[in-house]
Amino acid sequence: MDTLMTSSAPGPQAQAPTVSAANPSVEGRPDVITCRGVNLFYGEKQALFDITIGCKKNAVTAFIGPSGCGKSTLLRCLNRMNDLIDGVKISGTIAIHGEDIYRRGTDVTEIRKRFGMVFQKSNPFPKSIFENVVYGLRIQGENRRGVLEEAAERSLRNAALWDEVKDRLGDSALGLSGGQMQRLCIARAIAVEPEILLMDEPCSALDPIATSKVEELIFELKERYTIVIVTHNMQQAARVSDETGFFMLGKLIEFDKTETIFTKPRQKTTEDYITGRFG
Amino acid sequence: MSAAVTREAPFHATRVRSRARDFLFRRGEPMIWLAGAGLAVALILIAGLLVLVAARGLGSFWPRPLTLVETRDGKRWLGEILTREPIPDRKDGGQRIRVKIGNRDLNGLDFKWIDEPDVVTSGTPAHALLVERQEYGNFHGFLKEIRVGDQAVAAGDAAGLERLRRLQSEIRPRFIANREVEKRDVGAINTDLEKQRLVLRRAELAHAPDLAHIRQTTESRITELKRRYESLRERLEAERKDLGAATAVLIDAQGRTKATPVRDIVRIVTPNGLTLFARARVYLARLAEFVADEPRESNTEGGVFPAIFGTILMVVLMTAVSVPFGVVAALYLREYAKQGRLVGIVRIAVNNLAGVPSIVFGIFGLGFFVYGIGGQVDKLFFSEALPTPTFGTGGILWCAMTLAILTIPVVVVATEEALAAVPAGMRHASLALGATKWQTTWRVVLPAAAPGILTGLILAMARGTGEVAPLMIVGVVKLAPNLPVDGVFPWLHLERKIMHLGFHLYDVGFQSPNVEAAIPMVYTTTILLLVIVVALNLTAILVRNVLRKKLKSSTF
Repeated sequence: MDTLMTSSAPGPQAQAPTVSAANPSVEGRPDVITCRGVNLFYGEKQALFDITIGCKKNAVTAFIGPSGCGKSTLLRCLNRMNDLIDGVKISGTIAIHGEDIYRRGTDVTEIRKRFGMVFQKSNPFPKSIFENVVYGLRIQGENRRGVLEEAAERSLRNAALWDEVKDRLGDSALGLSGGQMQRLCIARAIAVEPEILLMDEPCSALDPIATSKVEELIFELKERYTIVIVTHNMQQAARVSDETGFFMLGKLIEFDKTETIFTKPRQKTTEDYITGRFG
Repeated sequence: MSAAVTREAPFHATRVRSRARDFLFRRGEPMIWLAGAGLAVALILIAGLLVLVAARGLGSFWPRPLTLVETRDGKRWLGEILTREPIPDRKDGGQRIRVKIGNRDLNGLDFKWIDEPDVVTSGTPAHALLVERQEYGNFHGFLKEIRVGDQAVAAGDAAGLERLRRLQSEIRPRFIANREVEKRDVGAINTDLEKQRLVLRRAELAHAPDLAHIRQTTESRITELKRRYESLRERLEAERKDLGAATAVLIDAQGRTKATPVRDIVRIVTPNGLTLFARARVYLARLAEFVADEPRESNTEGGVFPAIFGTILMVVLMTAVSVPFGVVAALYLREYAKQGRLVGIVRIAVNNLAGVPSIVFGIFGLGFFVYGIGGQVDKLFFSEALPTPTFGTGGILWCAMTLAILTIPVVVVATEEALAAVPAGMRHASLALGATKWQTTWRVVLPAAAPGILTGLILAMARGTGEVAPLMIVGVVKLAPNLPVDGVFPWLHLERKIMHLGFHLYDVGFQSPNVEAAIPMVYTTTILLLVIVVALNLTAILVRNVLRKKLKSSTF
């Protein structure tokens, strides 16, 4: 694997900000999401061990680590998408603004409405571009044409897709290119005005140019949203995030400011991973 | 140098051979050939069947020449020569011909074998007539004269024939119109009469307090209706008698005469003197009659329109029942039920239902729908008509329901596969936006699975259209007096019995009194059934393609 400094991957670095340019002043901001002592079991197998982590408001928090380290699992815990898998058991607390989302009697759909989620593989619905963006509003019962159109334009602009699709909003979303589809999914996620944006390896299926567009977008979106991003690509974590958590074998090895993680990590394992000695 | 070559040659050869064999099997060539051959055999069988049916069926409408044959015993026959074959048990190579001699009323038979060695003369007289009649099939012979009442008004010459054609084209439509009026108006009066009877009966059953009053009004209404019926009947009968005055006196090859009312003549053809164009016109006229008219002569002649109508309407009703039920069942099985042993068993049971003999479904339909549900419906809503059953007897609704339970497994299996093929990512995207499971299913999963569901619909329709056995006991009949749709409220009569092309095939081919004459009918009905299946499927396939286009995934 390429190391951070000697990377030869083309494209994104050119436009993307460097580590030191990432917003340095996130310290002191309140945590939006707080996880305390989270353990997760898939049946008998434990996938997360005693994770305690906090995600700050209007900051980008990146989860990095080798495959199968539990970073995506933790991300899916945040909006309870793990509920969809049979035999998942979770202990510990996960709270948004101090409110436990795993408390009994919580309405899962209400929680999910506070999150926008972008997946590794872009997954537009087999509907028109317009209907894709306003889907979240429609299921909340919003059917007024004006409101929907306004929301669609705003979200598509925020997702930097408006100029490319404004003349063909009625066309099938499945006719877009891979990068456009992923930005459409982002537009769909932010159309419902969530507080938090969860991104599960949003660029892993994209080419370098599309990747750089999405990264620029992430940079802009953190003005309004709290963003949690899972990535395989350490350069990406370095470029876009303010804080980074390094996971291995289901454990949170180290969590600190991105700059610290990538320049002077406290743990030997972290250093080995980010310098490419394994993984 | 040359020594080295001869020494190495055998080794080299074996290596090449083994490499060739190796190559052959690795590439799978023999398997590809085998698969190709299998496909070819299947295609040849299907094409052969279609060609046979099409040639026999569509050829039967083509007007063939009438041959006049005189045999050694002095008898003369006029007919269409159909086949020629060696005479059985004769070694001298003599042939015999099968002739359609028509004139069922005079000869008793439509067909006759004539040994060619016995034939003295044969020829095709130019003025030989083929008269298609309302009853007794075709008449082969010559025109003797035309009579109106007891008066001969034209002789059997060319002018007489022309006169006959004119008379026929004038009288026949009026006669048909007369019968249409009878069917419609007399039918309406009868419906009304029955309604009055039921009103009275209902009042009697309910011990209505104003029973006497109701009895009085209904009875006066019934008297009025009966009076109208009498006057209508008299008028129609007078007209019919008037139309029946003109008769064509026909004479057959043996000199026997037969007087046929002109109103009963369907078509007059002089097959020996026709140009190709005129032949084609006769052909098209016969084809149109076949598709658009009602059957005659216990279904062996005329058209099959009621059967076409019944078949299509029943399949549409069946689809309207089986697709929603099948889709809902598949949705529950795939999306909601906890995938475990029980669901596995249910799934296997559903798949196996498709293998149950269809007659079993028919018997179930008779017991459950006709006697069970139909009987209850009659008791609750049509009690005044009892003991005459309304829904408690076979009808188009029960036919459609029976076929629906027969085809639901097909829809369930196809829908389940379509649902399973919807990517998990799509569901997750919807759920992550805060949609409930039902919203996700309804707004995302079902639309994405629609093409696959339509495939199930196509399979179900094909299966349902071709099914005959269960229908015979739940409401398909040889001859239904009325179509299930007409101008009388409520327009769609779900309790009526229907005719069906598949049953028509069986009935005409094996149950008719004149099986030989019905053979062309069997082939033509088969073609028609195939055409209907193809047409229904094409419609569904077109819809599916439109949906697929809408859902087409990008290629990047």
